[in-house]
Amino acid sequence: MGSLLSLPVITSALELGFIYALVALALFLSYSILNIADLSTDSCFTLGCAVGAQVAIMGHPVLALPAAMLAGVCSGFVMATLQTKLGVESILAGIIVNTGLYTVNLAVMGFSSNLSLFKCETIFGYFKEIFGATWYKLIVAILIVVMVGLVLTWFLGTRLGLSIRATGDNDDMVKASSINPGFTTTVGLCVSSALTALSGCLIGQYQKTCDINLGTGMVTIALASLIIGETLIGKGGMLRRIAGVVLGSCLYRFAIAVALRLRVPAECLKLVSAVIVAIAIASPHIKKQIAFQKRKRAALSARKGAGSC
Amino acid sequence: MLKVTNIKKTFNPGTVNEKVAISGVSLTVEDGDFATIIGSNGAGKSTLFNAIAGSFYVDEGSIELDGRDITYIPDFRRATEIGRLFQDPMKGSAPNMTIEENLALAYLRAVKGRGSIFSRITKAQKKMFREKLALLNMGLEDRMKQPVGLLSGGQRQALTLLMATLVPPKILLLDEHTAALDPATAEKVLELTKKIVSENNLACLMITHNMHSALELGNRTLMMDSGKIVLDIKGEERAGLTVDGLLEKFSAGAGKELDNDRILFSK
Repeated sequence: MGSLLSLPVITSALELGFIYALVALALFLSYSILNIADLSTDSCFTLGCAVGAQVAIMGHPVLALPAAMLAGVCSGFVMATLQTKLGVESILAGIIVNTGLYTVNLAVMGFSSNLSLFKCETIFGYFKEIFGATWYKLIVAILIVVMVGLVLTWFLGTRLGLSIRATGDNDDMVKASSINPGFTTTVGLCVSSALTALSGCLIGQYQKTCDINLGTGMVTIALASLIIGETLIGKGGMLRRIAGVVLGSCLYRFAIAVALRLRVPAECLKLVSAVIVAIAIASPHIKKQIAFQKRKRAALSARKGAGSC
Repeated sequence: MLKVTNIKKTFNPGTVNEKVAISGVSLTVEDGDFATIIGSNGAGKSTLFNAIAGSFYVDEGSIELDGRDITYIPDFRRATEIGRLFQDPMKGSAPNMTIEENLALAYLRAVKGRGSIFSRITKAQKKMFREKLALLNMGLEDRMKQPVGLLSGGQRQALTLLMATLVPPKILLLDEHTAALDPATAEKVLELTKKIVSENNLACLMITHNMHSALELGNRTLMMDSGKIVLDIKGEERAGLTVDGLLEKFSAGAGKELDNDRILFSK
């Protein structure tokens, strides 16, 4: 294992795991809680990166975070409006926003397909002195994710948060209680898109580059992290479930790191991701099937044994 | 006090499927009034509830609650003042949220003022939930951290009743809320209903298909047919009435026999 995972590999897997955990948390909100498949995630991630990169290039790497989140809120709001006010199916609304954002992202990046942040200061750089050169990126990522996780846990226990959870859980109940499902869906999607954009912004500053195709496949990766986390942790309190999502994201990054160490060529990574996602999503079902087959075989062999004697 | 004045509702107007669901219903329910509603299949009982709760807007007429005109107020705004239970116990609570969270949601809906959307449940309120749950006598007070989806239908309906009345509404609408439960549980939920309604002095309308409970429960009985209220009895006239007498009165009022098979079976 030591040769497979050296310290730099572990830290970088954890760094990426924590930063991408924010997208998984966004999907936790939109997919697990609100029951909406948000397909605008890919472009929203790039949007956060592009906006954050531009603000960082202007010399405000910290301001880049709220700026990216605000951009995410706008994207979430457009998607929610399409769904709740204009009667567009949620999947279609996601695809429409995703397509539209591509142009918006290009415009934000000044109609160039990539931006470089190598010459400018990043939020990670601010903490290099304080935390030391080995750990500073990881510590910043952990701090941000822990903060987001705590705020999200608190938020989901408030009246608004509970209403959002009820909206995704029981449509009939929501209609008969004093919850406006249009409002809760909008708030939920805005918060989730803000988290996606925040993650994009951090990745941009982490990799010191922003690319128009950065977000491609992001929704699948985040879904994989989410499902790995939910399968491992199971049901429980909100804090536990949120911690599970973060754990899932880290595990996913470890799986990718191991794949890379095993000399899987970088071009094959998307396929590896897809396979991991498929396994993660199918595993609860496969587990059930195996348990049933075992029971069936045990019952049948018991019956045979009884018949022969 | 609920005041419904001459409301009308037609579904699919101008098509072959046109259906006059309510054709001129006027009704006043005072605070503390507990009225049972019976009627034929498709008489407009549930439609009346939907109109009062605001699931759709009526075509004509007006609805007032405590003197406030709510005819064109959307359903989710009315819901702070109108409690509602359905026949299906699954409809009233969120299965993946815990008992405590469901109660919190029901309790917090009445909190008003700035920043109220971020209000949370305090320890004292959790204790109050516990005490209220203990009154149901179902052992739910020890399962507050469990998701509601694990409860039985009867338990869920009792919980829904508690949720609907945790903050006493101005009127409680019960749409055959015990019909999907087994007899023993139905009896229990009905007892709870009586207790909660009388303790809080609520105005209450209850649709039932059981003629006996229609006469026994509450202080007033309404009968509906073809989108109209054909019979409204209370006081002494009601006290001396038997089930057969009620059926006779219905025939006289509606000009035809009662044709609700479920009512006739339960007779």
